[in-house]
Amino acid sequence: MKKNSFEISSGIDWVLVGVYVALVLIGITSIFATTYRDENIIAGFFSLKTDYSKQSLYFLISAVLAVLILLTDSKFFSATANIFYFFGIILLILVFPFHTDVKGTKSIIRFSTFQLQPAELCKIFVNLALAKYLSSVDLNFTKFKSQFIAMVIVLVPAILTIFQNETGLALVYFAFFLVMYREGLPSAILTISFSIALLVVLTLLIDQNILAIILTSLAVLLIFFIRKQIKKSKSILFAIITIWAVCVGIQKYAVPYFFNHVLKPYQVQRIYATVGKDFQVDLEKLSAEDIKKMEGKKKAGNYNVKQSQIAIGAGGFIGKGLLKGTQTRYDFVPEQRTDFIFCTIGEGFGFLGSLVLLSLYLFMVFRIISMAERQRSIFSRAYAYGVASVLLFHIFINIGMTIGIVPVIGIPLPLMSYGGTALITFTVLIFILIRLDADRHMILR
Amino acid sequence: MFNQSRQNVIRLIIFVAFSVLIIRLIFLQLVSSNYDNLALDNAVNKKIIFPDRGIIFDRNGKSILENTLAYDLMILPTQLKGLDTAGICRILKINLVQFKERVISSIIKNGRYRPSVFEASLSVESFVQLQENIFRFEPGFFLQERPIRSYPYKAAAHVLGYVGEVDSNILKRTNYFYQLGDYMGLSGLERYYEPVLMGQRGVRYQIKDNKNRIVGAYEKGKFDSTAIAGRNLRTYLDIDLQVMAERLLKNKLGAIVAIEPQTGGILALASGPTYDPNQLTGNLRKANFSWLLRDTSRPLFNRAIKGQYPPGSTIKPVGALIALDEGVIGPDFGLGCSGAYYGCRRAIACEHKNPGHASNLRQALANSCNSYFSHIYRLAIDNPAERNTVNGYLRWKRYMNSFGMGVKLGVDLPSEDRGFIPDTSFYNKLYNRSWSSCTNVFLGIGQGEMQATPLQMANLMCVIANKGYYYTPHFVRSIDNALVSDTLLNVYKVRHDVTKIPDSMYNLVQLGMQDVVDRGTAVGARIAGIALAGKTGTAENYGIIYGKREKLANHSWFVCFAPRENPKIAVAVVVENAGFGSTWAGPIASLIVERYLKDSLSQERWKEVERIEGKEILLPIIKTKRNTLDSLRNERLKKNQLNFRVEILMPSVPINKKKKIILAFHLNAIKPNYEEKFI
Repeated sequence: MKKNSFEISSGIDWVLVGVYVALVLIGITSIFATTYRDENIIAGFFSLKTDYSKQSLYFLISAVLAVLILLTDSKFFSATANIFYFFGIILLILVFPFHTDVKGTKSIIRFSTFQLQPAELCKIFVNLALAKYLSSVDLNFTKFKSQFIAMVIVLVPAILTIFQNETGLALVYFAFFLVMYREGLPSAILTISFSIALLVVLTLLIDQNILAIILTSLAVLLIFFIRKQIKKSKSILFAIITIWAVCVGIQKYAVPYFFNHVLKPYQVQRIYATVGKDFQVDLEKLSAEDIKKMEGKKKAGNYNVKQSQIAIGAGGFIGKGLLKGTQTRYDFVPEQRTDFIFCTIGEGFGFLGSLVLLSLYLFMVFRIISMAERQRSIFSRAYAYGVASVLLFHIFINIGMTIGIVPVIGIPLPLMSYGGTALITFTVLIFILIRLDADRHMILR
Repeated sequence: MFNQSRQNVIRLIIFVAFSVLIIRLIFLQLVSSNYDNLALDNAVNKKIIFPDRGIIFDRNGKSILENTLAYDLMILPTQLKGLDTAGICRILKINLVQFKERVISSIIKNGRYRPSVFEASLSVESFVQLQENIFRFEPGFFLQERPIRSYPYKAAAHVLGYVGEVDSNILKRTNYFYQLGDYMGLSGLERYYEPVLMGQRGVRYQIKDNKNRIVGAYEKGKFDSTAIAGRNLRTYLDIDLQVMAERLLKNKLGAIVAIEPQTGGILALASGPTYDPNQLTGNLRKANFSWLLRDTSRPLFNRAIKGQYPPGSTIKPVGALIALDEGVIGPDFGLGCSGAYYGCRRAIACEHKNPGHASNLRQALANSCNSYFSHIYRLAIDNPAERNTVNGYLRWKRYMNSFGMGVKLGVDLPSEDRGFIPDTSFYNKLYNRSWSSCTNVFLGIGQGEMQATPLQMANLMCVIANKGYYYTPHFVRSIDNALVSDTLLNVYKVRHDVTKIPDSMYNLVQLGMQDVVDRGTAVGARIAGIALAGKTGTAENYGIIYGKREKLANHSWFVCFAPRENPKIAVAVVVENAGFGSTWAGPIASLIVERYLKDSLSQERWKEVERIEGKEILLPIIKTKRNTLDSLRNERLKKNQLNFRVEILMPSVPINKKKKIILAFHLNAIKPNYEEKFI
């Protein structure tokens, strides 16, 4: 090993780098499997006209960026975190006057041939800024004020992103609540929001009355099993009854009300489509325009999910083999090289392949958590948690939507989906972490 | 403070999230098994390759029908964006409004993602232009080829039949041998020889993408099977004779059947009025079919095999043969006829009054004496050897049936009719068991309840020409590349011997028939240099017009064979409501015989053809109805355009009401009177 490179490579977590490279290569292979159309493979890879050759180029660019990041002093990231954050916010705001309309999104700025999606990039800046804020010396995160500031840091770009018609990308920012939780956000907030989310999903899946009965019987059973504690303190009983009442209220009245009066019918339909149900609408109450919209959305929403499920389901246990999938090879799944890239694995390599891929992702996320926990500085730890949270969110939502357990939200599968911005964003996110981790002995705060 | 424990909660959350994904994957990929089939349905297109149907050739090797390709312009509405739609409009010569209407109606019909027909059976002009430019309009528009039949001679529609898409009934009947979208012979030879003509379908498994576009072969064609073209039919038909026969029946109702007596091969079989078989090909079939169906003159009705007429005097040679064979008369048996037969309660009028016109069998035949044949019919029925009338009648019926009367002959066309020779039970029922030879004496002169098809009459001529046998009339002589399993033609190789009647009796009747042409009722049918043996017939008939049974103008019959010594052709001609047999049917038959035997006609005779062709013989009622229908049709066309517009503008509004009114109006106009029985 050369002397000057010794410094850079020392302390680097090669395992994570290895997983990273493996995932990107699997991604390129999948894109190849999806878009390869009997052309000359070698020429295809060098033509830069095919999607897999472009993705390879993005990988090359990412690699260069990764090396540059590894060459950077780790203090640079914490020092410039706030500046980058404001730069990111300005970029997000600049999108509004300068955006180019691409497929209904307003989130892309175009410089000649180069496209930039600030909402994607901003994840890095928000992660840095949040980590920076959480690691401030005088921070007391139990105070509401600090919690509020942290939330503002996260939610401002989220709201800006929503205004750019990129709800999916905006939702990613909610992943940072996991970081805040790790750094001391009261667990009640997480528990309550998670419970409500679960309840809403259950409302969709299970008949209202049956769900009410289930909830009631759960409450009764709970009361029965902890009757000794209840004898000691009546407030537990009161709490259980309150929680039960709230839950039933939400699932029986609040959710239907929200669906029928707040959301547009086509949005509801789309949500229902993900769980494979038809939303019964009172057609008489709808305007002709609404019906028209619904027809379109119903088809599109159902179509994507159904086709991708068919593709994955058709994979079976061992899959059909690379380039053998009839579903994924012939454009049945829309957006397949980007958001629905998982179908290719699902169909081509079946359950085994999917399991391997998921294990790889799980390993990566766990590895990052372990890395986070070995940090001595809060900044590094919070940052690492941020990376893990964003990855988890992306993986769960993306794969979940291809297998029909999450509504169709257009976010990419980390490191695998086709697209330069996404790959570069995740590369930067991960390699900053690797740089910070490499210097974990040097940074204390 | 550092919330160390929370890392485990987070790990748990991550673990749960991944577990949810894996559980769902287990369900999708391992538990539920139907996704595999779905994927196949989705992506693999089982394409039936339609083989070229077999060609049908006439006796001289001319192809009566051919296969041609028609092209449809198909539209895929989702792919229209950015296409040069104005270019399409220019080529198809439609305006933008029409273009939009068509796009919308195709979306309504098949949805956006499925292709529908934008313009069916393109004209040659637009096809040429489109073929050169189609790349500019793809993938929103594309051309699709469709094999259709074409008929260069525009003739023999009733013989050939037509090919059409199978409907659900056929699917069920054939036990789903066919599939929706398949074409099959629906009538005529196309139907009868469907197994031979259709060939063997091929199957090609193709991979398609989400837009239903074919991307390539599935598994490199491992499961594909190639189509085997249908086999050709060689027929006895003489297409030139057929064309002439159809010309002769122009503007007339009636039928011509010409058979080769030695083989039973049908040389020509025409039914008037007919239609151009090209009308029933391709996409125009439905519209033209319903129009033909409504025509009061019933052009779709094959009168040659389904028309049932009282044979009139043409049956007399058979009556003579029966009486001779029964021994109730001798060749010299004569009858003094003074213009009518008075043997029964009601007098039967005879055309001839001069004494001696029925002085012997030959004379009676030549002059077609009603009295004579009524009398010998009664003699045969009341033959003392049979003990009673019923037995006598039964024996007479057996004779008739063995001559092919009142039974299905089994021609190789679907839905042949049997004609009618009443059973004794028929008379028992009608006359409460008390009936005698006088009751049905009209059978002796081919009237009364007796009915025969032109095919049966032509076949009868074959029997007389052959002196006692016939082969079932049929069209197809051979099948190219015939297989052992081709049993269709076997029945036509069986010789049917009619009740054994001595040749001498046939000779006598043949001579009598030659007398008919040489100096009897049909001198107009005489052909120089050919010994034509024939018999005229003038059949009384009744129709129900405006609810009343009315006597209509007589049907004109002529049956014949020639040359008498060595018969090569037997012909039966009937022209509805055309009067005496000698006025129209005779000349027509003689032209047919001459054309076939001499292979050409003189200038003079061609003029005769033109004269007959130009003559219109239609009952006034048919003409009136036709005119009404014509004006209705024009009205309907206008209204249809209106309906079409309504349909386009308001897809959800039921517009059927309007259609129903028009239709009801229509049906009432046809319904009341022109009855089935009257043909």
